Amino acid sequence: MKINLVDATLRDGSHALRHGITEDMAVSIAKGLDEAGVAIIELSHGDGLGGSSFTYGFSKEDQFKLIEAAGKAIKKSKLSVLLLPGIGTIEDLNKAKERGADVVRVATHVTEADVSEQHIKAANDIGMMTVGFLMMVHMAEKERIVEEAKKMESYGASYVNLADSAGYLLTDGVKERIDAVVNAVKIPVGFHAHNNLGMAMANSLAAVEVGATYVDGTLRGLGAGAGNTQMEVLAGALKRIGHDTGADFYHLMDVARDSVDPIMLRPQVIDNGSLMLGYAGVYSSFLLHVYNAAEKFGLEPRDILVELGARKMVGGQEDMIIDVAYRIKNKG
Amino acid sequence: MDKIKVAVIGPGNIGSDLMYKIFRSKNLEMALMTGIVESEGIRRAASLGVATSIDGVKAVAANKEIKIAFDATSAAAHLKFNSPVLREAGVMSIDLTPAAIGPYCVPCVNLDALHDQINDKLDINMVTCGGQATIPIVYAISRVAGASYAEIVACISSKSAGPGTRANMDEFTETTSKGLEVVGGADKGKAIIILNPAEPPLMMTNTVMARVKNPEVGFEKIKESIDAMVKELKEYVPGYTLRVPPIMEGDKVTTIVQVEGQGDFLPKFSGNLDIINSAAVAAADKIAAEMLAKGGAPV
Repeated sequence: MKINLVDATLRDGSHALRHGITEDMAVSIAKGLDEAGVAIIELSHGDGLGGSSFTYGFSKEDQFKLIEAAGKAIKKSKLSVLLLPGIGTIEDLNKAKERGADVVRVATHVTEADVSEQHIKAANDIGMMTVGFLMMVHMAEKERIVEEAKKMESYGASYVNLADSAGYLLTDGVKERIDAVVNAVKIPVGFHAHNNLGMAMANSLAAVEVGATYVDGTLRGLGAGAGNTQMEVLAGALKRIGHDTGADFYHLMDVARDSVDPIMLRPQVIDNGSLMLGYAGVYSSFLLHVYNAAEKFGLEPRDILVELGARKMVGGQEDMIIDVAYRIKNKG
Repeated sequence: MDKIKVAVIGPGNIGSDLMYKIFRSKNLEMALMTGIVESEGIRRAASLGVATSIDGVKAVAANKEIKIAFDATSAAAHLKFNSPVLREAGVMSIDLTPAAIGPYCVPCVNLDALHDQINDKLDINMVTCGGQATIPIVYAISRVAGASYAEIVACISSKSAGPGTRANMDEFTETTSKGLEVVGGADKGKAIIILNPAEPPLMMTNTVMARVKNPEVGFEKIKESIDAMVKELKEYVPGYTLRVPPIMEGDKVTTIVQVEGQGDFLPKFSGNLDIINSAAVAAADKIAAEMLAKGGAPV
């Protein structure tokens, strides 16, 4: 079966690099991924267009400059950006398109797909390929996810992507969700994993097994929390199963070694904080902000993470980390 | 004592909640609830003894005694129909839609400054719910220490985000960002909105962060300014509190506010809707007080 590899090293990896991606990094990684033959290369601040902020961390370089540079370095792959309605705007999207973005993935919390209508339609109007992206899918039952996926399909999404943003799900949870959506919509279905419980590879393969045809990954797994499905590993495993990804497995390994290894700030392992994200069901990009707050307030990161999970915070609520830390500190 | 007669255009959730707030007002009389179809909101108003109409804005223009109209419809309706008709009829508009034809109004910040512009053609705009909750804090910071940048994150419960908000998230982020600059006094503003579906619904929270120009003014002075502003705001939004008191690190000031609604028509967790409605009624009430002082004529 044809499986489309979607590489998010330059987007989810932005979190792990504390949003410090430079033009040189963007060009070198995008060029390598393009030559290796991945279908889609995603680049933007980890929280999407407009993500550069106090709340999510300021980007070291202007995102549109990076998009333009990467766009010029890419020949065959499609260049994608992420957009979260409420953070990024249609104006940002128009700028991204002018600088060379071909695809936009419009991301909402799993139960809030209707906030994507405006942006999906606007993107289709300017001729971009448009993807509906449902985050934190562990927080909803499959019936609800189907409903939300259908909304995105009705707005004109080319495919719908389910994201296990907290790295919470085990294989059965992924399978039942993907399977339900595959059977309910006419468009293709994709999957985005986080490795907080060490399940990213297994969950991605499980998604493919029940019909997902777009799979996200990042080189060396570079991403929020414990990172994502490791792209070069995924390519190798899919090749051995016999799926056609159109990507050169060896070339991906080389890009990971040559362009990603040298820029990593810390090994992409499941440290205690990441493990707690997966265990408590917390949005992966909260991790480094939680470490900062824990240090500032003299707390154990684990306690903050568990409380964030209990409060059912959704993607983008990084600002509430301070609220939780303040509350824990002033209780005792 | 006499009161100034007002109308509410749009008998939906916002309009109905406005009606209850107007009932409590010292200077406003709820003279008309008008919509364009028979609806639950129209029936509710009628059952409370309020005159109703389904002739929309025309019913307001036809009633010569009405001096102020609250527009709780949509930006498109305000721009195309309601605003021109009200202007022609000499009825002031308090615009709760994102149309923003007239100046932004955040009562505790700039209602007095708008005073010179008050006449019967006035069309003041209430920015957004997030703007009403955060602009006063940004202003409180910028008036003492300057602000080169202000950023806010408004979190509202999914249940209190209506279809209008959902279909147009950019209107919220763009209008609020602009309000942070124009009324809040920041050189650059950025607004983020998050919907959270947790049950039971979360109270509206807003995180405000600002980069100040003159940190040497000192934390005490900034904190005093914020506290004074919160006190003023509480006069018309009793459920407004600092969840996390101001924190200063270098030139960055952070605080988190919570808005609990008064539970007039909408549930208490809908602090977002409560604060914009409370601000609108507070603005109208103050304008009406001046009208009454001058014998009922536009001031």
